[in-house]
Amino acid sequence: MSAIFDIYLLEALINGVLLGGVLALLALGLNLIFGVIDVVWICYAELIMMGMYSMYYLYSVYHLPFVVVAIISMAGVGVLGVLLHVIVIQPLLGAAPINQLLATGGVLALLQSTATITFGIDFKNLGIRLPVIEIADMFVSYTRLLAFGVALLGMVVLYLFLSRTYTGTAIRAIAQDRQIMPLMGVDTKRIYIITSAIGGVLAGLAACLLVLQYDVHPFIGLTFGPITFMICVLGGLGSMVGGFIAAFVFAEIISVGGLYLELEWGYVFAFVFFIVMMFVRPQGLMGRRS
Amino acid sequence: MSKLLPWIAGAALVALPFIYNSPYPLHIIVIILIWSFVYTSWSVMGRFGLVSLGHGGFLGVGAYVNALLWNNFGLTPWIGIPLAMLAAAGLAVLIAYPCSRFRITGHYFALVTMALSAIVLQVITATRDVTGGSLGYTPQRVPGGSSLFAFQFTDKETWYWIALAIWGGGLFVRWYVDRSMMRYALEAISEDEDAASAAGVHVTAEKLKITALSAAMTALGGALYCQYQMFISPDTVSGISASLQMVFASVVGGIYVLLGPTVGAVITIMLAEVLRIGFGTAAVGWDNFVYGILLVLFIIYLPQGIVGSLMAKLRGARVGS
Repeated sequence: MSAIFDIYLLEALINGVLLGGVLALLALGLNLIFGVIDVVWICYAELIMMGMYSMYYLYSVYHLPFVVVAIISMAGVGVLGVLLHVIVIQPLLGAAPINQLLATGGVLALLQSTATITFGIDFKNLGIRLPVIEIADMFVSYTRLLAFGVALLGMVVLYLFLSRTYTGTAIRAIAQDRQIMPLMGVDTKRIYIITSAIGGVLAGLAACLLVLQYDVHPFIGLTFGPITFMICVLGGLGSMVGGFIAAFVFAEIISVGGLYLELEWGYVFAFVFFIVMMFVRPQGLMGRRS
Repeated sequence: MSKLLPWIAGAALVALPFIYNSPYPLHIIVIILIWSFVYTSWSVMGRFGLVSLGHGGFLGVGAYVNALLWNNFGLTPWIGIPLAMLAAAGLAVLIAYPCSRFRITGHYFALVTMALSAIVLQVITATRDVTGGSLGYTPQRVPGGSSLFAFQFTDKETWYWIALAIWGGGLFVRWYVDRSMMRYALEAISEDEDAASAAGVHVTAEKLKITALSAAMTALGGALYCQYQMFISPDTVSGISASLQMVFASVVGGIYVLLGPTVGAVITIMLAEVLRIGFGTAAVGWDNFVYGILLVLFIIYLPQGIVGSLMAKLRGARVGS
C-alpha cells in the first residue's frame, strides 16, 4: 500500500516541478517590469489571456502553422505591453504607486470584458492532444514537459540578453538606480518601452504554453493572476532568482496539496503559505527593501 | 441653510416610499444603498492610503457566516450578523497586525490583502459540501416570507428603510472618524510613518482600529446583501473582482469626500442597469468595459473622483470671487 502511495507522491512532485517551470515563466515577465519600471501590472494575467485567444483563433480557426501562430501571438502581446505602458503607465509614472496599480486594475476589467464581448464566455480549446508519457508507472504529461522545457529556454535567453547586450545592461542598470541612469546618457523612456515589450513577449510565450494545457475563457486570468503576484512578492518583487525559487515552492505546494485533497485546497495552502511567509520574511525570499 | 440641508435631504429620503413605491425602482435604490454602504466602508480606510484588495474577503465572510449560522443552527441574524462582523474584524486584525508590524504598506499591502480575498473565494469554493461551492447558497426562507426573527421581509419598503438606516449609519461612522483624533493620526501615518511614530502616534493600534472597523462594516454590508437577495455566490460576494469593484466605485465617486463612494455606487449600478435593460444579454460585459475605461481615465485625469473634483472646483470658485 505504501509503495503505491509513494508513487503518487513522486508523480505529484514531478508534476509540481513541471508546473513550477511555467509559473516561473509567468513570474519572470512581471518581475522584470517591476524591477525596471517599478510598477505592478495587475492585468498581467489578462495579457496572457489575450495571447491565448490569439493562439486559439489563428490556429484553430484560421489554421496557420503552430510556430507561426506562436510568433504572431508573442509579438501581439508584446505590442499590447507597449501600448499599456505608453497609454496607461507613462502618464502615471510620477503618481502614487497605488494609483498605477489601480489603473492597471482598470485595464484588467477592460481586457476581461473585451474578451467577453468579442469572444463570448464559452471555453475554447486548441484541440491539440499530446501524448502522456509513462515512466515507471508514473504519468507525466508531454505538454507539461514541453512547457517546462520552453519556459527554461525562455529564461536562459532572457538571462543572456540582460547580461550580454548593451540594452540588457542598460535595463539592469536602471533597475539598480533609477535616478542616476538618465545622467549617464541612458534614454529611460526608450528602455521602459523596450522592457514593456519584453514583458509582453514573455506573457505571450506563457500564453503559447498555457493554451496547450488549459481551455481559454475570459476569466482565466483570475486563475493565474493571484498566484503570479504571490510568487513575485514571495520571491521579493523585482528579484528574478527569488521569483524562480518561489515558483517551484508554490508549484509543489499546489501539486502535493492537491494530491491529498481537492485542487482548490492546494491553492488555499499556497495562499496561506504566502501570507505566513510575508510575516516571516516581508522583504521576500531574495528581496532587497529600502 | 447648508446646516439644514442634510436633514431635509434625510427626511425626504425617509418619506420617499410614501410618495413613490413602484417595486422595481425601489429595488434598484435598495441595491444602491447597500453597495453605497459597502463602498463607504471600504473608503473609511482606503482614504488614508490603506488600499486593501481584501475587502472582497470580508464581504464574503459577512455574507456566508451569517447565512451558514442561520441554515445550520437556526441562529437568528440578530446574533449571526454581529458574529459575522466579529469574524471579519478578527480576520482583518489577523492580517493587519503583522502587516503593520513588518511595514507591509502600499503595493505590498494591496497584494497581501489580495491574497486574502483569493483565499476566502477558494475556501468557499473548496468547502462545497457546506457552502454549495460556486453554485451559490440560499438562506432558508421562513414560512410566510416575512419574519423579524429571521430578518426576512417580503416588502420592498421595509428593506428600503433598513438599507437607508444602515447607509446613514455608515456615513455617520465615516463622518465621526473624520472629526476624531484618529483622522489626524491616520493622516500623519499615511504621510510618514516614522515621523508619526516619533510624534507619539501608536501606528499599529491606529491601523488596526480602522482596519477592523472597515472590515466589520463591510461584513455587515455582505450579510445585508445576502438577507435582501436571499442568494449569494462566491463570485459576487468574495474574491478579487468584488474587491476591485469596491475600489473602482469609490475612486470614481471620490474617496476623499463623504458622499464619494455613494455617488460611485449610483453611477456604476445605474450604468449596469441601463445597459442591461437597454441591450439585454447583448450587453454582457459592456458594463465592465465602461468601468475599466473610466477607472483608467479617472486615475490619470481625475484622481479626486467626480464629487472630489466638483467640490475642489466649487471651493476654488468661492475663493476666487
